[in-house]
Amino acid sequence: MNGWQALDRFLQTDPRDVGCEQAMEMLHVYAELVAAGAPAEQRHPGIAVHLRACGPCEEDFEGLLAAITGEAP
Amino acid sequence: MVPADPAVDETAVAAGRLDPGSAVAAGRLDPESAGWLSALTRTGPAREAALTRLHELLVRIAHAELRRRGPQPQITGPELDDLAYQAAADALLAITGKLGQFRAESRFTTWAYKFVVFEVSAKLGRHFWRRPMVPLGGEAWERLPDRFGFDPAQESEWRDLLAALRRAVDEELTPRQREVFVAIVVNDVPLDALAIQLGSNRNAIYKMVFDARRKLRAALAANGYLGPENSRRS
Repeated sequence: MNGWQALDRFLQTDPRDVGCEQAMEMLHVYAELVAAGAPAEQRHPGIAVHLRACGPCEEDFEGLLAAITGEAP
Repeated sequence: MVPADPAVDETAVAAGRLDPGSAVAAGRLDPESAGWLSALTRTGPAREAALTRLHELLVRIAHAELRRRGPQPQITGPELDDLAYQAAADALLAITGKLGQFRAESRFTTWAYKFVVFEVSAKLGRHFWRRPMVPLGGEAWERLPDRFGFDPAQESEWRDLLAALRRAVDEELTPRQREVFVAIVVNDVPLDALAIQLGSNRNAIYKMVFDARRKLRAALAANGYLGPENSRRS
């Protein structure tokens, strides 16, 4: 991805984005779905969109996923 | 692990400690989670033992999360241990305070681990200001090309785009949106750290950046620097 694409991608917003508050509220449910191989993105598209756009929430999600799957270092 | 107690639902519900309309009362709880709730909603030594065990688990998760996030330039040695213990202690307080909000939509431990991961994030945000890389108020616009991966050899192609972006930041955003956008995008201040600095929260700051991104993209598209909004949603 070049700079133009990276900037364009960063500036694009998705109206389905639920924001941090809702994503954090449901993060445990979403993480268990992902850990179980269930279609988490289909069930919670607004959270999936948010996690792709929000670095801190994505980091928390990865941390929680690592904690419940035993992949934490 | 705390042993499962088959009587937990009835006991807790009868004592009014759990919402009888909740999934817990409906018996959707797995045995391990039921065991945790049984112990934590009672009084006496069993509860104390469960709190101790839960705190140990939270400390372990906090340590693991700190390791997973990699070296923290602002935190070293014993401070990392302190941070893990503080995160676990604060998470334990949050968990016990919100026990009635647990709706059995996940295992109890998954729900509980969420709080300690959040606490680790918040505490790392606070530590950021110990050695800020960019003085508050400064603007590192010269770092922006590198941040987005623009090739210095092709500066003639993207110079106008970034100049237009900077103009849009000055002209299209409210003073507060500009302050937040510059701090996070230009100066690379972590969102959680900025939220603490401004006495705000992650959700409010994210919303401000979200609105700023939308405005800036519209301005750049209107001036022909970017194409129409991508209709593809993945």
